[in-house]
Amino acid sequence: MSETAAMPLNYLNVKKGIWSWLFTLDHKRIALLYLYSIGAFFLVGVALGVVMRLELFNPGRDIIEPQTYNQVFTLHGVIMIFLFIIPSIPAVFGNFFLPIMLGTDDVAFPRLNLFSWYLYIIGALFALSTLIYGNGPADTGWTFYAPYSVKTGTNVSMSVLAAFILGFSSILTGLNFIVTIHRLRTPGMTFNKMPLFSWALYATSWIQVLATPVIGITLMMIIAERMFGVGLFDPSIGGDPILYQHLFWIYSHPAVYIMALPAMGVVSEIIPTFAQRSIFGYKPIAYSSMAIAFVGYFVWGHHMFTSGMSGAAAIVFSILTFLVAIPTAIKVFNWVATLYKGSIDIQVPLLYALAFIFNFLIGGLTGLVLGALVVDVHVHDTYFVVGHFHYVMFGGTGFAFFGALHYWFPKIWGKMYNKTRANLAFALLFIGFNTLYFPMLVLGIMGMPRRYYDYLPEFHSLNQISTVGSWILVVGLLLMIFNLVAGYLKGQKVGGNPWNGITLEWQTDSPPPLHNFDKMPELPVGGPYNYPNAKSE
Amino acid sequence: MNHTFTLPNSGHNYDAKASKLGMWLFLYTELLLFGGLFLVYMVYRSLNEEAFLLASFNLDVWMGTFNTVVLLTSSMTVAMSITALQLGDAKKSIMLLWLTIAAALIFLVVKYFEWGAKFEHGLFPGMDHFNTLPPGERLYFYLYFFMTGLHGLHVIVGGIFIGVVIHKIKNKSVNKNRYQLLENSGLYWHLVDLIWIYLFPLFYLIH
Repeated sequence: MSETAAMPLNYLNVKKGIWSWLFTLDHKRIALLYLYSIGAFFLVGVALGVVMRLELFNPGRDIIEPQTYNQVFTLHGVIMIFLFIIPSIPAVFGNFFLPIMLGTDDVAFPRLNLFSWYLYIIGALFALSTLIYGNGPADTGWTFYAPYSVKTGTNVSMSVLAAFILGFSSILTGLNFIVTIHRLRTPGMTFNKMPLFSWALYATSWIQVLATPVIGITLMMIIAERMFGVGLFDPSIGGDPILYQHLFWIYSHPAVYIMALPAMGVVSEIIPTFAQRSIFGYKPIAYSSMAIAFVGYFVWGHHMFTSGMSGAAAIVFSILTFLVAIPTAIKVFNWVATLYKGSIDIQVPLLYALAFIFNFLIGGLTGLVLGALVVDVHVHDTYFVVGHFHYVMFGGTGFAFFGALHYWFPKIWGKMYNKTRANLAFALLFIGFNTLYFPMLVLGIMGMPRRYYDYLPEFHSLNQISTVGSWILVVGLLLMIFNLVAGYLKGQKVGGNPWNGITLEWQTDSPPPLHNFDKMPELPVGGPYNYPNAKSE
Repeated sequence: MNHTFTLPNSGHNYDAKASKLGMWLFLYTELLLFGGLFLVYMVYRSLNEEAFLLASFNLDVWMGTFNTVVLLTSSMTVAMSITALQLGDAKKSIMLLWLTIAAALIFLVVKYFEWGAKFEHGLFPGMDHFNTLPPGERLYFYLYFFMTGLHGLHVIVGGIFIGVVIHKIKNKSVNKNRYQLLENSGLYWHLVDLIWIYLFPLFYLIH
């Protein structure tokens, strides 16, 4: 107590007790509530992933039964998609930093913000409740494809209801952010002077608001179909399973950009800070976020090339899919161009950002392979898809999440972690990640199908390499968490701006005071990333 | 340290424009929620044209028309109530809101009799007669109950929302200068109305 009394009041020590957290309206505390809950579910998802990898170490049965395996990969998918990666960056870092970066003291609807967190927790408990009650967790895969999801005896309804509730949590967060960005920017901050992270969140929020309701109603239809036995998606009683796939991907493809865009926003913050120079191509990066969000709506059909679609439609979806690569590539080129002739300071967050670019490049280019009609027929539903997806989502968004954690850690807690250990953890994560997932791409090309419990002997060695990779990854992850917790407990105190950043969050104390700013924040002269001492070209 | 400093652009300020913008965004999500259902309806109607037509003869067009008139009138009363409050006449505003709630109740009562008749004929999904119908007609009734049921739920929520606003006008937290909550409840009510305007022809009128 004596120690905190000497410290200036900040959002962490201004109120005490569990109730001051559970009923807080402060966006920073809500962000931390999200961080702890999302982190916990992430570890559950990781554990399930490790179980799968162990099972696949040898062909045949290693540790679990086939039915259990089906349930494990479904639960892994549901947890990772709906409980970790969709809320991860927006709900944690968006909540914490969007208002500070805009120079305001909270989001537009603080109560709604807290309500979103409670919805998230309720949805999460529903999803996990399938473990202990009913006929066990769903075994359908996270896509809940009909008609199997209508017929299986496992607890699909509960998992689907959980996804529905989590969807509403996500919608309300998105709605809150859009209104915050429109109404609460500090005087003088026009849209084109906003930090790029806000732009990324803005694009993300629109997708959340406009795409999520479609999955909500589709999932409701699955539940109703299971309850009343009406053939909405089951062909044996007059329904159309392809229609389910359309409705599902109308949401779930844009959702991929809900996962990816905030990560790109984080990278756009980290790179100029550690290159100490203005971001190259501010407007292209900002507008390409909107372009990705927009085009992303019209590409869902590329998930269904092999499930029955007219040739003309398939060609249109394929071309539109290639179009998404353009704004994405614009971002990558601009990031790299920002580093060119910058005063690069290689710190942990920058390493994560560079790893993001590396992994995302592989993920993105394999995405083009999948978007090409001819190749897709060959690699559809193989490990190539699994590899691609994990490169984009874990190698991309996951690494950006870790990068954001290391970048903003000193701002959130006012302390610094051990940088050497953080570098080591990063190296383990990066090596482990690539050892784990690169073999999957090769396995997919060789023809190993995804979601299978067993495999042919010729896939043995690559599967073993992949499983060993998962061990390295887990060691890296545990080291990273240990290092961050140690930093939180007894890290060195830091000042307001340890990285010499220029966006508004670095103008206030670390940790920030309850209302974020004790004086009016000042916009940087000549644009949001205009470093006064940067070398001129 | 200056604890009295507050930013001019604080998120805790009353901001009617923000509130309105938030409401509109929420209405988009509602539209898309029903949009998914409209899409399903469209696909199955085009696949089962005959069956949908046959099944639609089971509905009572007059009851549907009556309910349409009731809802349109209620949209008018809620709009009038906003104007009344803007002009400072809280009493009249509350009276008009009660009329809106009354219209909502009439709508639900009529709906109750409509649904009741279908139940008597065994047309609810899972009932005996329903199970003997061909797949196309089953789909029709399934969608009918799903969509009008979801809409009915929205009528109830809208009614409760308006009830809350009545309470807030009474304790003066919604007043001549702070009427955004009333306007939001009106917007929501118009949406409920609008969705019905589409449901009505889709189920009752297309021949």
